[in-house]
Amino acid sequence: MDMMIEKLAQYWAYPFVQYALVVGVLVALCASLLGVTLVLKRFSFIGDGLSHVAFGAMAIASVLSLNNDMPLVLSITVLCAILLLCAGQNTKIKGDAAIAMLSVGALAIGYLLMNVFSTSSNLSGDVCSTLFGSTSILTLTKTEVWLCVVLSAVVVFLYFFFYHKIFSVTFDESFAAATGIRAKGYNLLLAVVTAVVIVMAMNLVGSLLISALVTFPAMSAMRLFRSFRSVTLCAALLAVFCAAAGILIAILAGTPVGSTIVAVEILLFGLCSLLGWAVRR
Amino acid sequence: MIQINCQGLALGYHSALMRDLNFTVHAGDYLCILGENGAGKSTLMKTILGLLAPLEGSVTFGDGVRANEIGYLPQQTQTQRDFPATVWEVALSGCQGRCGLRPFYTRAEKELARQSLARMDMAHLSGRCYRELSGGQQQRVLLARALCAARKMLLLDEPVTGLDPTASRELYQVIARLNKEDGMTILMISHDTSAALRYASHILYLGEQVFFGTREEFIQANPGYRDRELKGGSLHGHDD
Repeated sequence: MDMMIEKLAQYWAYPFVQYALVVGVLVALCASLLGVTLVLKRFSFIGDGLSHVAFGAMAIASVLSLNNDMPLVLSITVLCAILLLCAGQNTKIKGDAAIAMLSVGALAIGYLLMNVFSTSSNLSGDVCSTLFGSTSILTLTKTEVWLCVVLSAVVVFLYFFFYHKIFSVTFDESFAAATGIRAKGYNLLLAVVTAVVIVMAMNLVGSLLISALVTFPAMSAMRLFRSFRSVTLCAALLAVFCAAAGILIAILAGTPVGSTIVAVEILLFGLCSLLGWAVRR
Repeated sequence: MIQINCQGLALGYHSALMRDLNFTVHAGDYLCILGENGAGKSTLMKTILGLLAPLEGSVTFGDGVRANEIGYLPQQTQTQRDFPATVWEVALSGCQGRCGLRPFYTRAEKELARQSLARMDMAHLSGRCYRELSGGQQQRVLLARALCAARKMLLLDEPVTGLDPTASRELYQVIARLNKEDGMTILMISHDTSAALRYASHILYLGEQVFFGTREEFIQANPGYRDRELKGGSLHGHDD
């Protein structure tokens, strides 16, 4: 135990460890807040779909050899999020099929582009780190950390400010619209914020594991609590705990950060299910 | 006092489902909207609520009623069945339309939600989880939410769908009480012709032959309805 603390203290001296912890916790917090709404709206897989879109966009950016790929990636992802979340019920292609097509399509096109116009010598390494986010969280710059802090603050503020409206629109969109709430506007806001958080989260866990950050805290919280407010609070707390614990374990044990965080989430989900089952008996 | 006046209404999304629909709703009326599936009942309701623009004609409100002050009881969605929310949270969300951009509820709005739950005999369950209630109790909670938004008028979209006969009868009685004792104007879409003939004051029948008039006029114009209802058969299917 003493050795572990000593080792942690030693690592703590490095700024990249502090950065990783700050960014990891904030991204997990944002993803979990949105996750409660997304899971209840039956959009659990949107994280996966949009992160693949972001992957495709990154491939395009690297083919065009852009220095700063952020604006392109963000705008393409936001556009797709709006298409998915705001299309509503009257579309020809329903929600889950639309996400599946977009997700696989973007992944395939992205990989194809990277393969055909490859500029890097280690292609599979590049693809792997984009998908699993293996190292980029440990190579964050100070600007990226600040950007992440500001964006998270905006997300948390928006969620707090519109909390009751988010509840109303999530619970019953047609009632909300009938009483004069701009349900379409809030769906648009949700789509944009979701896209931003997902692009942010790609640095942390990579495309493949973002769905875990969105769904696990919300689902774990729903095992334990029965009101919307306590589910939201609990999901946020669980997300922060899992991200912090995951990153620390990953540093100590030398495991990949993204997968370690998800492993902690799975463990906690199991515990919450067990606890919920025991309480309800 | 005329509360809703529909003149020369043509309804539909791209092509008109029906044309030249005229009817008026007065304060304290209990109007049942009957008709086959696909006749345009829900489209009419969306048009009244202002969610859909009429293709032709107009819906005008009088007597201080505004489109976003109509209490609306939509059909339940799949999402709601496993939604983690307390009865209190659901009922309070009926006040959301009054809030504008204000992020929190005022004390008066919380009091209104409390009273609405009490009127539905649900006050003792306000801490319970919505998804753990029975179908009839869930409809009462949604009705309490609608009462928070309503000042004078309630619009109900097939409120008894999926309820057992006892729960349906109780819900009809609650609605009738709101109409009689509180003077709430009721507009109800229904498949249940026998209940419509028992409780409604006016009938709007949508179909190839549109009918609008009082219940007595409807029975006179369609003597067959009452006979068939008395034999216990339902005129229309119950599923959508």
